[in-house]
Amino acid sequence: MKTISEVDAVALIPDGATLMIGGFMGVGTPERLVDELVRQGKRNLTVIANDTALPGRGIGKLVDANLVTRTIASHIGLNPETQKQMIAGKMAVDLVPQGTLIERIRAGGCGLGGVLTPTGIGTVVEEGKQKVEVNGKKYLVEVALRADFALVNAFMADYLGNLAYVLTSRNFNPVMVMAAETTMVCAEHIVPVGLIAPDHVITPAPLVDYLIRNR
Amino acid sequence: MDAQTIIAKRIARELKTDMLVNLGIGIPTKVANFIPKDVKVFFQSENGLIGTGPIPEEGMAHPLLTDAGGNPVTALPGASTFDSAMSFGLIRGGHVDVTVLGALQVDGSGLLANWMIPGKMVPGMGGAMDLVTGAKRVIIAMQHTAKGKPKIVESCTLPLTSVRPIDMLVSEMAVITFKDGKATLQETGPGVTAEQVVAATAAKLVLPEKIPEMPL
Repeated sequence: MKTISEVDAVALIPDGATLMIGGFMGVGTPERLVDELVRQGKRNLTVIANDTALPGRGIGKLVDANLVTRTIASHIGLNPETQKQMIAGKMAVDLVPQGTLIERIRAGGCGLGGVLTPTGIGTVVEEGKQKVEVNGKKYLVEVALRADFALVNAFMADYLGNLAYVLTSRNFNPVMVMAAETTMVCAEHIVPVGLIAPDHVITPAPLVDYLIRNR
Repeated sequence: MDAQTIIAKRIARELKTDMLVNLGIGIPTKVANFIPKDVKVFFQSENGLIGTGPIPEEGMAHPLLTDAGGNPVTALPGASTFDSAMSFGLIRGGHVDVTVLGALQVDGSGLLANWMIPGKMVPGMGGAMDLVTGAKRVIIAMQHTAKGKPKIVESCTLPLTSVRPIDMLVSEMAVITFKDGKATLQETGPGVTAEQVVAATAAKLVLPEKIPEMPL
């Protein structure tokens, strides 16, 4: 694990990168990394996230700045700007059931090719997908997702990069940490090693590549 | 009593102590307001919380404690938090006893459409498809008609949410169940007759001999 400024971290991200970004309606999103992506004007991004939050908040800031050309998400209904760009053909949006999205990411991080889920059978979600029958029940084959970078937010990180989360800001973060080539973490608090007890570590330190320094 | 209150009060009677319950947005959220004090259910927010409590008092909100719509909530004693994989494992894995959701259309066999209107409203399905596919019991809370047109139809014209039929539908006019794929009128709303329900419904309804008024 290396510590790094958000300026140097985002400089490592090329235009056209695929990013997994944690958060649920902006709660648990690494805002400092998002702000820096906007400041450095990284373009042509593919964003994998639960949602695109609201205009002016979290991932919504990337959408406002026209930096996203493809989004894979479960819900965009609370961000009219995302819908506008989708309808105008400026952004491709793949809508994925939330439970399927998180499992595809989990599969990507756990060395699985994908998952079998009953969700989406008999709906528009099954179009173009392989179906299999197991013990007489039909499932969709939903393939794994991976990204170039996972940008995640934790409540506490210790000096080694062990992470703990609080309340509803955990959401997609600990799952995305495992599913990208490079992981960058913003933490609300950076604390001495040992302050997060071993049983309370949710993301073990070896999964974290970069911890964003406090300012 | 307004339509939404009738619906929420009636559905509240379906919830029993120790159940794990997921409420959707809109009318379903209001169900929580009408649960008797001696009934202790666990409410799940799919963003990663069991034990969701009411809206916090002014000045007591925490920015990292929200419901699935991103609005501040509280957590009750005994609450637990977890990531989204766990949250949807609970949902898809059949651990949620009851989910209460809204609807755009429900057909005569109980199939539900509640997530998009092609060309008009494409918000994404969020957790709806997983909830309907995986919850032990699916209850729909909706006004019986929209702009005077029936929302219970012979066959859904809008994209389906799941091929798993719902179990129960509660409107301000009726309680309808869908056992064996047959829409059956179980109860009528306050001051509503079975004939009025039939007239406001575009699917075939089975009418049992006795159809009581819904208890509220």
